[in-house]
Amino acid sequence: MASRPRTLYEKIWDAHEVERREDGTSILFIDRHLVHEVTSPQAFEALRLSGRKVRRPELTLAVPDHNLPTTARIDAAGKRIPIADVESAQQLAALEKNAPEFGVRYIAPTDINQGIVHVVGPETGFSLPGATIVCGDSHTSCHGGVGALAFGIGTSEVEHVLATQTLLLKQSKTMEIRVEGDLLPGVTAKDLILHIIGVIGTAGGTGHVIEYRGKVFEEMSIESRLTVCNMSIEGGARAGLVAPDEKTFAYLKGREYAPRGEDWDHAVAWWTSLRTDEGATFDKSVVINAADVQPTVTWGTSPEDTVSIGGVVPAPESFADPSKQKAAQASLDYMGLTPGQKMTDIEVQNIFIGSCTNSRIEDLRAAAKVLEGRKKADNVKWAIVVPGSGLVKRQAEEEGLDRIFIEAGLEWREPGCSACLGMNPDKVPAGERCASTSNRNFVGRQGPGARTHLVSPAMAAAAAVTGRLTDVRELVD
Amino acid sequence: MEPVRQVEGRAYPFGMKNVDTDIIIPAHWLKTISRDGLGRGAFEALRKDPSNVFDREDVKGAPIIVAGDNFGCGSSREHAAWALLDMGVKAVIAPSFSDIFSGNAFKNGILTVVLPQEAIDRLMEVAETDPITIDLENQTVTTPFQDRFTFEIDSFRKHCLLEGLDEVGLTLARGDAISAYEARQAKDMPWFAKGTALAA
Repeated sequence: MASRPRTLYEKIWDAHEVERREDGTSILFIDRHLVHEVTSPQAFEALRLSGRKVRRPELTLAVPDHNLPTTARIDAAGKRIPIADVESAQQLAALEKNAPEFGVRYIAPTDINQGIVHVVGPETGFSLPGATIVCGDSHTSCHGGVGALAFGIGTSEVEHVLATQTLLLKQSKTMEIRVEGDLLPGVTAKDLILHIIGVIGTAGGTGHVIEYRGKVFEEMSIESRLTVCNMSIEGGARAGLVAPDEKTFAYLKGREYAPRGEDWDHAVAWWTSLRTDEGATFDKSVVINAADVQPTVTWGTSPEDTVSIGGVVPAPESFADPSKQKAAQASLDYMGLTPGQKMTDIEVQNIFIGSCTNSRIEDLRAAAKVLEGRKKADNVKWAIVVPGSGLVKRQAEEEGLDRIFIEAGLEWREPGCSACLGMNPDKVPAGERCASTSNRNFVGRQGPGARTHLVSPAMAAAAAVTGRLTDVRELVD
Repeated sequence: MEPVRQVEGRAYPFGMKNVDTDIIIPAHWLKTISRDGLGRGAFEALRKDPSNVFDREDVKGAPIIVAGDNFGCGSSREHAAWALLDMGVKAVIAPSFSDIFSGNAFKNGILTVVLPQEAIDRLMEVAETDPITIDLENQTVTTPFQDRFTFEIDSFRKHCLLEGLDEVGLTLARGDAISAYEARQAKDMPWFAKGTALAA
């Protein structure tokens, strides 16, 4: 059958449509479902109350990450240390009960495979190119880095997927973000995605699925692609993806849940066919000049509030939109900043290197490269490095990165979401600043009153050394 | 789910733009295994300001929120919808909503009504003193001052809301079609079908 040229997103969608109703709503088959402790208890409870079962338990993987403390999990006697916070312990207990009751594979907090869902999925080969992947967490867009159609869902949808292995959805519009040229030396995937969100705004991708296109993304490591896709949701897009290629296949081959033998060969053949066709059109197209991207930081309380590290805090009246002027003023009040202040003059008391955006081995290497042979500044009171998973932690330790962090005066923690979201003991004190490699600088996100500046891992490391926001290129070549 | 036909009453003249779900319900309220009681944590940070709109005596308990662009952006937490429900909110009117939030709201019977900014500006004025009526059947928002705005809504969502349909039940009724898809996938793309059964 001759068909019109299609985008990567449309190809994955078409391959998963169970049926389309007259009103345009489709039943979409879901290949992979990740479950964590915070957004799943009410979904399992609903199944229990209605007497429903999990339709395809082998397509769901459960792992706790959000509210686990990142301090030691096993005591000297080898016994598991219980979570002190009663409510967090209850949520963890619920997941530990629900997973086996419904036949779902569960990764325990002390398992080497435990980690942040969005780190665990790709690195275990559970997340695959061309797959539809969902999780009750908006940063599920992350898995688009391996060429999957991945998006966050609410708890009612978690229940729907558990019961039916499908979702009721309308096809999204398509959006292309094409980056032309090469990134400057010292500019990372995190800088690029922060810059992109600054350009399109936090609602720029609403209703759309983004495909990131151009040489910059082709040349990026899988870890970097995961970082970019992770923050698609901060640009309003429920999903973002990069076409799978040889790098993707090399990354996934041999991982625990990746296909093997003949299955692998057939899978690669299909994955290779997923590229957007010549002549396919996008509903929206944004072109970014790579050379315009500098190491980028945020000044406000929305991920779109970005500025290059060489820039200054903007004046609210510099925005055309009156509602944005008001929002900017509120942001500056909350952040304790004044217009015209140089970003590099802003002192930070806390450093967080971690989160589903930036806790993979490449991120830790980038931070370690800056910190090697250096010490954190005295005004930095709290600085933690939280690997994304047990596997990342082990690899980092094999490479000696943990020693570099510890010698520089940073803490080396157990895997989890940590200070990204103020749900576990890792929080930034009210009124203090944090240079954070996470994804959201919302009011109170890292703890009530906490002031977040989003940065790349290398930039967080640079801020740790100088005690203020710093252009990392001044510290390393 | 209870059928929804009309939402009528006072509205919170909120107006804020880019309201993220961390603002609607901060993360520390997410440590619950139930859907109830989250209204106490709704808009917690904003409510520290004594002049906040949610504690204003004349609108307290209102079933409607009038808000700015991009309402519900950020985290996918359905707790945001549960928190609104728990504080008695049954509809939000805004120029736009995040995709995930509007889905979560719908699944909890909360109307997300999209109207242009000019209409929002007018409703913000009305909300200061008077009630607003949202009629889902006719897709209109009206005020006691003869204002009448029409809004668009997805026909499937409208149908489910009016009838109070359970989505999981609806999809389970299509079990044969799902089984047929699974059989096709097992044959054409068997690598997807194994999942965690591949574990060593």
